Amino acid sequence: MNDIAEIVFWMIPGLPLAAFVIVFIGLRVLRVNDWLGALLSIIATTASFALSVWLGIRLLIQPQTRLIEGFSWFSAGTGMNVDVGLLVNPLTVIMLVVVSTISLMVQIYSVGYMRRDGGINRYFSFISLFTFAMLSLVMSNNLLIMFMSWEMVGLCSYLLIGFWFHRPEAAKAAKKAFFITRIGDFGFLAALLILFNATGTFDIEGIHQAAAAGIVSATAITWAALGIFFGAVGKSAQFPLHTWLPDAMEGPTPVSALIHAATMVAAGVFLVARMYPLFEQSESALTVVAVVGGITALLAATIALVMWDIKKVLAYSTISQLGYMMLGIGLGGVWVGIFHLFTHAFFKALLFMGAGSVSHSTHTFDMREMGGLGRKMPITCITFVAGALSLSGLWPLAGFFSKEEILGSALESQPILFGIVLATVFLTAFYMFRVVFLTFGGKYKGKGKPHESPLVMLAPMLIMAVLAISAGWLNADGTIGSLLGEESNHSWTTGIFGVFTHSLTWVSLLLAAAGIMLAWAMYSKNWFSPKKVSSRFTSVNSLLLHKYWFDELYENIIGSRLLNNGLFRFFEIADERIIDGAVNGLASLTSYTGSMARRVQNGKLQNYLLIFITGVAIIALVAIIIN
Amino acid sequence: MPGLEHYLILSGLLFCIGLAGAVIKRSAIVILMCIEIMLTGVNIAMVAFSRFITPVELTGQIFTVFIIVVAAAEIAIGLAIILALYRNRNTIDTQKIDLLKW
Amino acid sequence: MGMQIAFWILAVLAVVSAAGVIWQKNLFRAALLLVLCFLAVAGIFVTLSADFLAAVQLIINVGAVAILIIMSIMLTREVTSGNPSGKLGLPALAATGVLAFSIIITSVSSYWPLSSSSPLEPTTAALANLLFENDGFIFLIQLGAILLLTTIIGAIVLLRKED
Repeated sequence: MNDIAEIVFWMIPGLPLAAFVIVFIGLRVLRVNDWLGALLSIIATTASFALSVWLGIRLLIQPQTRLIEGFSWFSAGTGMNVDVGLLVNPLTVIMLVVVSTISLMVQIYSVGYMRRDGGINRYFSFISLFTFAMLSLVMSNNLLIMFMSWEMVGLCSYLLIGFWFHRPEAAKAAKKAFFITRIGDFGFLAALLILFNATGTFDIEGIHQAAAAGIVSATAITWAALGIFFGAVGKSAQFPLHTWLPDAMEGPTPVSALIHAATMVAAGVFLVARMYPLFEQSESALTVVAVVGGITALLAATIALVMWDIKKVLAYSTISQLGYMMLGIGLGGVWVGIFHLFTHAFFKALLFMGAGSVSHSTHTFDMREMGGLGRKMPITCITFVAGALSLSGLWPLAGFFSKEEILGSALESQPILFGIVLATVFLTAFYMFRVVFLTFGGKYKGKGKPHESPLVMLAPMLIMAVLAISAGWLNADGTIGSLLGEESNHSWTTGIFGVFTHSLTWVSLLLAAAGIMLAWAMYSKNWFSPKKVSSRFTSVNSLLLHKYWFDELYENIIGSRLLNNGLFRFFEIADERIIDGAVNGLASLTSYTGSMARRVQNGKLQNYLLIFITGVAIIALVAIIIN
Repeated sequence: MPGLEHYLILSGLLFCIGLAGAVIKRSAIVILMCIEIMLTGVNIAMVAFSRFITPVELTGQIFTVFIIVVAAAEIAIGLAIILALYRNRNTIDTQKIDLLKW
Repeated sequence: MGMQIAFWILAVLAVVSAAGVIWQKNLFRAALLLVLCFLAVAGIFVTLSADFLAAVQLIINVGAVAILIIMSIMLTREVTSGNPSGKLGLPALAATGVLAFSIIITSVSSYWPLSSSSPLEPTTAALANLLFENDGFIFLIQLGAILLLTTIIGAIVLLRKED
């Protein structure tokens, strides 16, 4: 990889940025034909994609790390130098491939999905900006630049969730997403400051070296790691900051596929992976990561059971799977989490594209108004089922392999978390096939005549389906693991077929199959009605339907009572009475003394003269008395 | 021969009478007259110092010459201003001329 | 002794006529009292053996300034409305009283480095030498000339009718 010209690395994020600038400033302001922007954006992303894949292939041949010196951004004082540069290691390249692939597929898909929408140039310019931000996030060698990119992807997420800003729900969801991720970003920022204070640099490798050399105190490392993880919690929608992601589904579905399933929400996982050498130094931070991941995985999976909105199910599924990744990193190390991120990106993006395809023809996301679409949209159905099977973790699809690694690492270290993961496997299979049976099985219950989506949408879905099936085989001989520092050498065949020698495989496969069978029995055959089950467990059902009351907790209790009526009200009163009061009081005091003093200034010269001679007389008198 | 103190006291009295008049009187012309009285008082002090302290050099008297020159110029301009004022406002009552206020 | 009597008469005359300028209700009479005051001061100058200044005082103050003032009084027709006082009488008297008191105290209690030599008489030639000599006050004389010229132009500009 050392022989590749530096410009190639700069081009990967640079091209989407150029596309954004041209499309946003040039085309949108000049009101040129809408589809030119889409074309430019797709061309730029294709180039980034091609370069990323090329880098990936080069990396497979010869794994190494490349550090590209950029330029000095600014320096302050003696110790603070911020250099913009790129750090390209195997982790980066994997993320590059994921991000550029999904971005390209989603953009092609969007051409079909957004066909009848206004603001195409705006849409594609934001997507380009997002692609740029995400690529620079994964490539940056510097935490400060990374933080900026991190905020930029947050901004793009905001802009794209609120793409249909004329809909109040979309605007509200965009705000919610922005605010809640900001809470997490605060942790990241705090960690940034702690690390800079302790090591004097923002350079990621420098921080890792300082942490490994033991320069930084253990407390500082733990707090910094927790701060970074808190940032990741916000971005990756982990418990307890997970509530924004389901609402983010108000955005266009391709956006959900790109940002809120495959890439941006995975940025949190990536961040933890990038800073893993720091986490390695702190046992407690890693435990927190694993535990939060486990809680999130189970919590979100249970909520997904009862949602009727197909995208909400997928959103909770995403949260749950992100929890898996965190758990994998916390327990098994970087490669476990990133491997799942890698496979998940493909099948979850595929599932969202499928959901988008379905809603494109039925004009609804409510599964109660779907059904029977399997015959009307065969390709959508097949690809969706492939994605669902992959997500459920069925052999030999991609999700199986990555989930297997997480299960394995959980079994080794944390029995309780292992139980949670197993339960989640069952739940995942159940809710995914609940979606499949409700959507594609039975009879059509909605209005209008559903039809198969255009080829421009189906083609990316088919490609993604192939990836969702096959992405796991990449690691069959331990390639990804070895790239990320886990040495294991076995052949392809043992990697794919050898798994059946472990009892764990059988357990997880049986659980997944049981979940699928249960969904089939309840939603396809109606052997026992879902209504009866939910009426039997009313309290549980309502708890799940209300998503464990998290929104209510945040909005009513924390937001409304504690903050709005409590703290903020206090601030408001303090601001109005004390601060404004002091300022206004000072002002009115000044104005009052002014209005008193201006009586002296009555324009009559003789008054002035009298005052003057009085002063002189007093001075003379004082001088005489002193002498 | 009266002493220096006598002249100085006379000078001070004239000065203070002029000053009081300048503050009290409402007519701008009288104020100008009072200013003339003040200047005259000062002149007396100058000449008295010249007579009693430097009788041969006469520098105090030179000062007085210049004071008289400036006083004459001042009275000319002052009266011109008063006449212009009278032409515009039809009064020279200083209590009514108070445009210089807030 | 004669000097003494002359001083006291002239001093009382000057102070009384100055006070009369303020006191007198009739504006025209006040102007005449001002002339009287100027005359008394010219006398005082004579007792100080400043004969030239006494003449100047007579010519300029009594002759020119007083006439100018009287003419302005005529022009502004304020004679009949009298010589009213403002509202600041008492405070002004108090302040000037304190000032006068302190001047008197100062002039009595100070030490003056009196010279015993007899004064120059007559002063005209000596003053002329002082004023017009090369190392004298010739520059200031010229400045005074410019000042007077400026004054004349200023007065004309101020009083010119706008057309």
